[in-house]
Amino acid sequence: MANSIGRSAGLNPHLRALENESIHIFREVAAEFEKPVLLYSVGKDSAVLLHLARKAFFPGPVPFPLLHINTGWKFSQMIAFRDLMVREYEVELIEYANPRGKAEGISPFSHGSARYTDIMKTEALRQALDQGGYDASIGGARRDEEASRSKERIYSFRTPDHRWDPRNQRPELWSIYNGLIHSGESVRVFPLSNWTEIDIWRYIRAENIPIVPLYFAAERPVVTRDGMLILAEDQRLPLLPGERPQLEKIRFRTLGCFPLTGAIRSDAATLDDIILELETATLSERQGRAIDRDQSGSMEKKKREGYF
Amino acid sequence: MNSLARIEIPVAEPVSDTTERPLRFITCGSVDDGKSTLIGRLLWDTKAVKQDQAESLQSGSTPAQNSLGLLDFALLLDGLQAEREQGITIDVAYRYFSSGRRSFIVADTPGHEQYTRNMATGASTADVAVILVDAQYGVLKQTRRHLAIAALMGIRHLILAVNKIDLTGYDRSGFETIAAAFAVMARGHGVDDVVAIPVSALRGENIVQRADKTMPWYQGQTLVEALEAAPAMTQAQAAFRFPVQRVVRPHEGIRGYQGTLAGGSVALGDEIAVLPSGLTARVSQIITFDGRRAAANAGDAVTLTLDRQIDIARGDMLAAPTQPPLRGQSFQARLIVLNDDGLDPGKHYWLKSSGRRQRVKVNPESVLDLAGGDWQPATQLTVNQIAVAELRFGETAIFDRYVDNRVTGAFILIHPDTNDTIAGGMITGFPAGTAAASPDDSSERVVISLPARLADRLIAHEAFSSFREHARISRLAEGDATGPQRDIDLSA
Repeated sequence: MANSIGRSAGLNPHLRALENESIHIFREVAAEFEKPVLLYSVGKDSAVLLHLARKAFFPGPVPFPLLHINTGWKFSQMIAFRDLMVREYEVELIEYANPRGKAEGISPFSHGSARYTDIMKTEALRQALDQGGYDASIGGARRDEEASRSKERIYSFRTPDHRWDPRNQRPELWSIYNGLIHSGESVRVFPLSNWTEIDIWRYIRAENIPIVPLYFAAERPVVTRDGMLILAEDQRLPLLPGERPQLEKIRFRTLGCFPLTGAIRSDAATLDDIILELETATLSERQGRAIDRDQSGSMEKKKREGYF
Repeated sequence: MNSLARIEIPVAEPVSDTTERPLRFITCGSVDDGKSTLIGRLLWDTKAVKQDQAESLQSGSTPAQNSLGLLDFALLLDGLQAEREQGITIDVAYRYFSSGRRSFIVADTPGHEQYTRNMATGASTADVAVILVDAQYGVLKQTRRHLAIAALMGIRHLILAVNKIDLTGYDRSGFETIAAAFAVMARGHGVDDVVAIPVSALRGENIVQRADKTMPWYQGQTLVEALEAAPAMTQAQAAFRFPVQRVVRPHEGIRGYQGTLAGGSVALGDEIAVLPSGLTARVSQIITFDGRRAAANAGDAVTLTLDRQIDIARGDMLAAPTQPPLRGQSFQARLIVLNDDGLDPGKHYWLKSSGRRQRVKVNPESVLDLAGGDWQPATQLTVNQIAVAELRFGETAIFDRYVDNRVTGAFILIHPDTNDTIAGGMITGFPAGTAAASPDDSSERVVISLPARLADRLIAHEAFSSFREHARISRLAEGDATGPQRDIDLSA
C-alpha cells in the first residue's frame, strides 16, 4: 500500500499546529462517542480529513467507517478515486443514496438545484445518519469557506431531527469539547475548522496526499451555462439545443455534483501551480458552487435543515 | 492496516518549535468603537476578502458603503441571516487572514449584553487581545471590563488600538494620554506587555498601511506589524504533562497511550509518573504516523509506550515525577458563568478537563464587580458573572494552576440534565486555609526495599498517593538490591 511513513518531517510549524489540533479532535471523538462516522465526500478536504484520521489512530486502524452520500450525479472520476482510496487504505465505506432519487427520477435538471440538493444531499444525509444510528459525524467543513460557517463550533450540536440552531450552540472554550448528548441527539464534528483553503493545499503538497485528478488543469470538454463552465464528458449531461462542448484547459477548485459545479480556466497542472494560483486568486473557493447562490443566506438555510 | 509488527518505522527528524503556528487574537470593543470596521479593514487590506464575496455584499439590501464611499467593512462580518435581519451579531465568529509573514485567527465577539461570556470564549484560545478605544473618549468603564476579562483568561500581551484618531485631528497628546492611562490599568492586572497604536480603521491608517502623512509623529508599529511580532503562547516551558486521551492496542505486545503534550517535553527513556496512581515508568517509544521520534514537545499529538505494564486509562495523566501536578479532592477556581440559569450551589455538575470527566460540587465564594474591580461575597451565580468558587470532588482530581499551565489548569462545567456547557473555569490552587497534603513535620525518614510488585501496590494506595511528592523511589537491578543505602545515594 502507499505508505507515507517518514515523509512529513519537514511540515512547517503552522501546518504542524493545525495537524496536531485535528488529531486531538479525532481522538477525542473516538474516545467519547459510541458510534462515530466520517463523512467522506471524496474532495480535497475529505482527502485531508481521511489522512489525518489515519495519522491520529496510528498504529491502530481508523476506528469508524466512512459514509459517502451519493447523489448519483457526482463526477465519475470521484467515484473511481473513492474506490481506489478505500482499497488502498483498507477503510470501511458505507455508500448511501436516497431511494427517492431513483424512484422519482430526481435530477438537478428536472427538479432545479435547490430542490435536488435538499432531497439528494440534505434528506439523504439525515436518512443515512438515522439508519446508522451515528452519534457523531465527522465532516471536513472549514470556517473560512462561507459566512455561516465562521460561527460553527468544532463540536456542532444537532437535535434528533438533525437541525442546527445557530442561536443555541454550546460555548466552546480552550480545547475542551463537550460531547455529552441525550439519546437521539448527535454532534457534527469539524476537525478542519481552523484550516483555510491554502492550508489544505499546502498540506496536500507537504504530505503528498492523493486527490481526484479533476483538481489539476487539463484540456476537457465543457459547455457554458448560467456563466458556469460545466464539464461535458459525461453521458448523464443532456445537451441543450445548439450547445456544443468546447475543449478548454480547465480545473476544479471544489468538487460536488458535476451539473452544479463550475470549472475555472486554469493552467495549474501541479500542486505548486495550484498554490501559486490561489495565492493570487481574486475569487473565493465556493464561487463555482451553484447551490450557494440559490438565494441570499443560502448555506445557513441548508445548514439549519441538516445539510453539512 | 499499518502495524508495528510488519513495518519498521524509521526515525523522523526532530520537529521544530511551534512558535510560528497561527497567532490567535481577540478583538474587544463595543459597537461604537468601530470594531467591525477594524476587522473588516484587516481582512480587506490583507486581501482575505475575495471579489465575489464583496460583490455579494453590494447586492444586499443595505447600501454597502460607508461615508467615504468605501465598502462597509462591517457587512463582511455579518455571518448569519438572523444577524443581518436584527442588525446585531451573535456569539463568536472566527476569521482567517495572513499578512504574508504570519497567519492569524481572529475571534470576533459581539458587544452586547452577553459580552462577558462570548469574550471569555474567544479569549480562552487567544494569544493576544486587541483592545479598542475611541480616541474621542479614551479609556471607559467597558475598557476596564475588557482588560479584566483578558487578564483573567491568561492573556499577557495586549494591543491597544486607539481608533478614530482622524476624528481628533490626529491629536498626539490625546493619544499619549490614553496610552498612559491604559498602561497603568494593565499593570494593575499584572500585564506589562502593551503596545498602543493610533489608528483609523475607516481610513485604513496604521492598520496594514502606515500613516506617515497624517501621523508623522507616530513611528511605532502598525497593527499588523504588532500582531506579526506578538509572541504565541506556549506551554513549552511548563513541566511535562500528557493527558491520556485514548489507549490503543493494535496487536499483542503494544499498548500505546495517545494524547497531546499539554506541557514541557518528553524524550525516550524519561521517567514519568502516572497520575492519579503515582506509579512510575520510563518512556520506551514515541510513535507517530511519520515515524518514531526521540522526543516530543508541548502541542505535539503522539502515541507513547512505556517500559512496564501499568494500568492506565483515558483521563489519567502522565507527568514529570519531580514536578507533579496538584492532586486533591478540593480546589479553588475562577469561573465564568455561561448559562442563563446560572449555577446552583450544592448541585453536582460534570467537570471536564484534559480528558477527565468527574462529578463536582461548586461552592461560590465571591464574584467580581467588573466595572469597579472589587470582589463581592456571593452565594448564587448568574450568567456572565466571574466568580471565585471552591470545587469539591468525591475522588482525587488532578490539575495545575492556570497560571502554570493553560491546558491542565482549565476546565468546563456541564449540566448533568441538559448537557449544556454552563461555565468555564481556571484553577487558582487549593482552597484558602487548606494546604496540599503535607507530611508531618518530622524530618525523620525510613528507607524500605521491597519487591517491585509489592512496591507498586503500595505506591498505588491512596495513602501513599497523597504524599507522593515527599517520597523518593528508585528502582534497582536485582544485583544492586543489597543495601538500601545505595538508594539514598542515588536520589540525594
